[in-house]
Amino acid sequence: MGKTQQFSAFIKKEFRHIFRDRRSMLILLGMPIIQIILFGFAITTEVKNAQVAVFDPSNDIATQRIIHRLHASEYFHIAYYPNHPEDINQLFQEGKIQLAILFNDHFDQRLKHTGDASVQLLADATDPNQASIMVGYASNILAAFQQEWMQECRIPLQIIPEIRMLYNPQMKGAYNFVPGVMGLILMLICAMMTSIAIVREKETGTMEVLLASPIKPGYVIFSKVIPYFSLSVVNLITILLLSVFVLGVPVSGSLFWLVIVSFLFITVALSLGILISTIVRTQVAAMLISGMALMMPVMLLSGMIFPVENMPLILQGLSHIVPAKWFILAVKKLMIEGLALRFVLKEFAILALMALLLITVSLKKFKVRLS
Amino acid sequence: MNTIEVHELTKKFGDFTAVDSISFDVATGEVLGFLGANGAGKTTAMRMLCGLSKPSSGQGRVAGFDIVRQPEQIKKNIGYMSQKFSLYEDLKVWENIRLFAGIYGMENRLIATKTDEMLHRLGFASEKNTIVKTLPLGWKQKLAFSVSIFHEPKIVFLDEPTGGVDPITRRQFWELIYQAAHRGITLFVTTHYMDEAEYCNRISMMVDGRIEALGTPKQLKQQFQATSIDEVFRKLARKAVRNE
Repeated sequence: MGKTQQFSAFIKKEFRHIFRDRRSMLILLGMPIIQIILFGFAITTEVKNAQVAVFDPSNDIATQRIIHRLHASEYFHIAYYPNHPEDINQLFQEGKIQLAILFNDHFDQRLKHTGDASVQLLADATDPNQASIMVGYASNILAAFQQEWMQECRIPLQIIPEIRMLYNPQMKGAYNFVPGVMGLILMLICAMMTSIAIVREKETGTMEVLLASPIKPGYVIFSKVIPYFSLSVVNLITILLLSVFVLGVPVSGSLFWLVIVSFLFITVALSLGILISTIVRTQVAAMLISGMALMMPVMLLSGMIFPVENMPLILQGLSHIVPAKWFILAVKKLMIEGLALRFVLKEFAILALMALLLITVSLKKFKVRLS
Repeated sequence: MNTIEVHELTKKFGDFTAVDSISFDVATGEVLGFLGANGAGKTTAMRMLCGLSKPSSGQGRVAGFDIVRQPEQIKKNIGYMSQKFSLYEDLKVWENIRLFAGIYGMENRLIATKTDEMLHRLGFASEKNTIVKTLPLGWKQKLAFSVSIFHEPKIVFLDEPTGGVDPITRRQFWELIYQAAHRGITLFVTTHYMDEAEYCNRISMMVDGRIEALGTPKQLKQQFQATSIDEVFRKLARKAVRNE
């Protein structure tokens, strides 16, 4: 009876700390909403309305049909029809276009008779991702035209590639970043906020009073963790609701296992927070360490923004110890690809192992500090 | 009867001997002033007595329990007020009382009646629902002290409890200390204010981890042929080799 009363008094206290601090509350609950909206609508890798110049010396039925198709897509806006290919350089230099399409002369004739009709695509590759996306879109449009044209001419024995974008047919960026934002937010709230909350008690001197009291250190820590766990669950729900109803990213797999893997990740993040709190002495230091040691790897090494597969081997190796990487992988599989549990067993196992290791180490370190 | 009995208590951190074989007793209901320059080992000694730190050697009993083997029992029977303000600033007055009383395992109903009684005695009855942050420092200190003895501990450790408080409030604070001593609570007080030291029943002075003097203020002044405790302290502190 005494113990549970002690414990509930303590958890109440932690919730009061959080609820009384309006600004932190706003950040805690508003952050996922802002991040989702920011990533969903403002920061996007999709290409829309790229400015295009077309050099078309043929101006025949074939080129017209291609240009029409390009124009009709939402990706391209054909802004310039220069008379000389040299003008295109100028347009690129002035930053007026991102893509140029050059046909050779007598395009239709060559297409039908000599077979040496050609199209040149020039893309501004200062942003390589955007360039390759634009070239990809344009090539698809050209391929579609070719297919249609071949069918009209009834040429037998052709290979018609049929392309399907699996799991994300509309190539939405949201499918990639929703798991990323989940990893980021949960890591931030759990690790950073827990470590700050524990270190704050060290700074104000109340930790000494608690340690001199009969309450067990484990209780102190555990009651710190519970409010942030509940807040993380609220955030998880917010993110999932926003991504399903606002961004249109469905939960194609098992919601149950998605929640379980999220809990596992939250546990990892919370224990990281406790670990940080045993190392540092001030709230500022706790914030900096969580920022540098946790946020940066999540942003850079988890595959959220940059694909891990393209990194140097050292960084790829380093990315294996970033918990968010495994979490994001698992979420992608469960949520986007809709795979069954057996396909994410590896991620589950790794996260569980990390959680176990971190809890053991941080509790040990916390006890050592006491003696 | 003694509430604290310490025999050759020593604490080493590597090669550094923070507390060097100290021995003393404190009687029940006594107010012991624990003095020493910064770095003399006061805090380390106090932490050992509170069960926060294990001694390297020596023995001690606090409230009848062994400081090495029964630190958990000691913690149940002591109160502690640290040199930094030891209540939660963002909680209300009653919430702080409720929390700490709860930690010491007091019954809810008892807490409620005792809270009203205590606030009334301090003249704080109207501040029950006030957020602690908004109280003046002097009130906070008095409140923190009252919370530290709320669960009726056998002994309470006060680590520089009156730092930064004005003289009038300090005087009032010492009245609270005497009241507690009168009720049979033993008080172990560290302080920087030498005039305050004169209020204690006995004074211990630490220099470089050792207790160099121990006695009533009167005895110490005689022993060191000084007119004030301040002078005694300065004569002793001059011998210190250790820097802060």
